[in-house]
Amino acid sequence: MIPRSFEYHAPTALPEVIALLGQYGDEAKLLAGGHSLLPMMKLRFAGPGHLIDLRKVAELKGISVVGSELHIGAMTTENELIFSKLVAEKLPLLVEVARQIADPQVRYKGTIGGDISHGDPGNDHPAVMMAMDATFVLVSATGERLVKATEFFHGMYDTALTPGEVMTQIRIPVPPAGTGSSYAKLKRKTGDYATAAAAVVVQVQNGVCSAARIALTNVGPTALFATDAAASLVGKPIDDAAIVQAAKLAMAICEPVADLRGDEAYKTAMAGQMVERALRSAVSHVK
Amino acid sequence: MSKKTIVSFKLNGTATDVMVEPRELLIHTLREKLSITGPHIGCETSHCGTCTVDLDGISVKSCTVLTVQCEGAEMLTIEGFAKGGVLHPLQEAFTQEHGLQCGYCTPGMITRAYRLLQENPSPTEEEIRFWMAGNLCRCTGYQNIVKAIQYAAAKMRGESVTSSHPLMAEISA
Repeated sequence: MIPRSFEYHAPTALPEVIALLGQYGDEAKLLAGGHSLLPMMKLRFAGPGHLIDLRKVAELKGISVVGSELHIGAMTTENELIFSKLVAEKLPLLVEVARQIADPQVRYKGTIGGDISHGDPGNDHPAVMMAMDATFVLVSATGERLVKATEFFHGMYDTALTPGEVMTQIRIPVPPAGTGSSYAKLKRKTGDYATAAAAVVVQVQNGVCSAARIALTNVGPTALFATDAAASLVGKPIDDAAIVQAAKLAMAICEPVADLRGDEAYKTAMAGQMVERALRSAVSHVK
Repeated sequence: MSKKTIVSFKLNGTATDVMVEPRELLIHTLREKLSITGPHIGCETSHCGTCTVDLDGISVKSCTVLTVQCEGAEMLTIEGFAKGGVLHPLQEAFTQEHGLQCGYCTPGMITRAYRLLQENPSPTEEEIRFWMAGNLCRCTGYQNIVKAIQYAAAKMRGESVTSSHPLMAEISA
């Protein structure tokens, strides 16, 4: 399996990336970790004339706390998230999800920005970003704009990114005390996409849920933000009845495509199970 | 066809130059241009891990890396493990603990295990299974691979080691 011919570019700074995107337009693709794009190129599902490798662009790396947010460079790899003490302390959900993505070798290369920008509903970060209320920094020749995770995903492989834009950073609010979170993923084997998965973030005060966010992976054309399910939890204790009710409301918005992982009914049922599992785990982790 | 470029890197300690098209995958460069045939082609879809090489301190699947991305890199393959005719502790461990049968996955297994032990010199069985999950073996059932990595880890920590295999003592005697 050999990709179509292309010209390779390895710019060292963000302005060069923007200039190359401007020069080559539709013919160019950005290469992050390469574990979604290169397989597609090998299968000839993608055949860009110009490949712009972001690996040397230092501005796209690094993890830091800025005010009440964690700022993560888009080229931060999954294993860098897993090994980061800062992420483990501030956003344990991000470590939990990264550990469930692909396998060790893929995680050394695969990046959080690539996972999000690719717009694949089977990728795990999109739902987690929605649940954590993340904001993405998109940079183009005309400047910088911020887009919320809940506004970013438009359809399968279709995102808010325009052809001349690069995602440079992911900004995630550090959750306040009293927050619990979890990502529950059902997969057939290591390295597989989720049959269904759920990301949840809940805030609990005096035993009562004060805020909740739920999002689902791989049961629709994009990650799905389950607003009704989340709203149903607020104002009462997260007990068995509340968890079952939230799962039912989440299942109501699922529109999975049948494949070897299961038919529509099975995947929808598993999405409900994952919501239940993630909620129970999140409640047990509230601190 | 795009213009070929020269890519320079250090391969098992030796400065190496190779001329490739941008679309050439690292596994093809290693096997077809540099006679480094330890890394194998298994699935060619970044699942099986038998093409694993160590690239600038990380384990990568060389079927999913472009050779042009390796400019200036330091690379280690199974060919770089034995020194002066003495097996690396991981190679010794895989023989002592029967960590292979057909051997096809072994170069990838050992190269991946090397990086794991650099990062975590005393992994638990659970950690070994989690961090070796990118390498498939269809023969052993993994049990002896886990034992081999534990054996190598102990040896690399300077501890004395013996094979857990009941017949190994007879063979050595």
